[in-house]
Amino acid sequence: MSSEELKPVKIALVSCGSEYSGVQPEFESAADKVNAKFVYPEIDIAYMDTISRDFGLEVASGDLRLMMARAKAVVEGTTNVDGVFITTCFRCAEGAIVRNEVRRYIHKNSSVPVISYSFTERTSAGTLLTRLEALTTIVRHKHLLTREIQSGLTAGIDSGSTTTKAVVMKDNEIIGKGWVPTTKVIESAEEAYSLALKEAGVSIEEIQALGTTGYGRFLVGNHFKAQLIQEEITVNSKGAVYLANRQKGSATVIDIGGMDNKAISVEDGIPGMFTMGGICAGASGRFFEMISKRLGVDITDFGAMAVKGMQENVFMNSYCIVFGIQSLVNSLAKGASPEDVAAAACYSVVEQIYEQQLQEVDVKEPLILVGGSSLIEGVPKALTKLLKLNVLVPKNSHLIGAVGAALLASGFVDE
Amino acid sequence: MAKVFIYPANSLILADLIERFGHKPLVIMNQIREKVTSISLDSPPLNITPEDPKLGLRYAAIEVPPGVRGRMALIGPLIEAAEASIIVENPPTNFGCVGCNRTNELMKYLIRSKGVPVLEIKYPELDEEAHDFVSKIVEFLKSLPKEKLGHDEKVADKEPSEKETGK
Repeated sequence: MSSEELKPVKIALVSCGSEYSGVQPEFESAADKVNAKFVYPEIDIAYMDTISRDFGLEVASGDLRLMMARAKAVVEGTTNVDGVFITTCFRCAEGAIVRNEVRRYIHKNSSVPVISYSFTERTSAGTLLTRLEALTTIVRHKHLLTREIQSGLTAGIDSGSTTTKAVVMKDNEIIGKGWVPTTKVIESAEEAYSLALKEAGVSIEEIQALGTTGYGRFLVGNHFKAQLIQEEITVNSKGAVYLANRQKGSATVIDIGGMDNKAISVEDGIPGMFTMGGICAGASGRFFEMISKRLGVDITDFGAMAVKGMQENVFMNSYCIVFGIQSLVNSLAKGASPEDVAAAACYSVVEQIYEQQLQEVDVKEPLILVGGSSLIEGVPKALTKLLKLNVLVPKNSHLIGAVGAALLASGFVDE
Repeated sequence: MAKVFIYPANSLILADLIERFGHKPLVIMNQIREKVTSISLDSPPLNITPEDPKLGLRYAAIEVPPGVRGRMALIGPLIEAAEASIIVENPPTNFGCVGCNRTNELMKYLIRSKGVPVLEIKYPELDEEAHDFVSKIVEFLKSLPKEKLGHDEKVADKEPSEKETGK
């Protein structure tokens, strides 16, 4: 472990009173796993009565005023931290307003990386781990994230919830690819990796460095003794700007995965603000699988079908996957065409991403759409229509995680 | 002696006044002390576990955020035990604050609707108002029954008993 890894990352916990919600041990546990430590910026209690005016946001709850005061302490440098974790109760409107404004305030006025999250009493350390891992990576491995060119012979494996992807890269080119459904995590990774190695015409022994990412990253990474085991936020940001050739400047990455979505605001290839999740599978790639199955078409034909349809002809709200399927069944029963249903499904998913996730990141062009769902043509079309922005889908957009992992792993070749 | 619920629920000044006049202040600090000194629990810093927001369901529905229900798991039993209450409106933060205004709204509503004597009084901003503020509280406390205790002079010295705080 490097000296950077040994040094705990200091994260300011700016919350509405998570210690009253039964989730504090989960927060601490997730922080421990990434060798981070929560700190609580000190402020003068008298400041609590004037902070609303100073900050400009008048709220009644004392702990929300405390959040604003702590954010100011971070920005003004009276508290020295490496990152900030802003969190409030899920379903609290006052908390959500403060959470968003405090996040924007820190992001605008400092270079300290920030993540925000709304918790319930069921929030687990596992849910927070990827987010905190991404935050600590930005702090610890900024030099790794500045890598723009892949060098040597490296490989990347993205062990996703639905599919496992692998690539082999040599001297900045993809020379082998593998893409299989995820069944058993290690077996699927072995299969995808074998396909990529076979296409590349190289043996596993020749690979100079391997990077793994995705839900199964630890299991797969340990199995193959990977040099880099990294969460998806960092890897996908890097992979997206690399594949889209937008490594400099601002970009927004939207990754519609099989189980969850990520919206990441990226600056010079380094993730800034990001959100993960989605309320229900209705807002993820899983919904497309279910809809295409119900329509009796292969998922690879679903996108072309959606492009031919008119989303306006079918009411569909996939906020919940069960209600989404009900909408589908009702629409078909009323005589809707499969094309219109497919178009409505695409629009509904991107609408969920817009409503649930893009509100929490600053959307800056180019908007890079990645993940398996980006290959469904109806999805970028719906996103373009909704956001009125050009949506960029780079070549090999479904392999983003594996490419990002192979690219970052090449940092270990030089070392 | 009357058990008096106070708002803000962690106001040391109010708690002290109540004790001085022979009554029992019901304060959140005692609830937290019981939590943090209980053995077999490991959920620092307040030892509030995911079970507490569930206990809070007694006072607020599932759609109410966990921060409110977790706080109500501590405050609700105090309201249930209360025989009187003093509510101070618009207090500064250093007078007392439980951090969440939704919890404040709920606890004030619950104590008001309980049907016990409630003194509602504005926090003073001037010296003259401060005298009036204390006088009104003293008058209210004197109006509460004391017969259960019967030895007022010892109350100020007595440590608050955790078992009497409504558990």
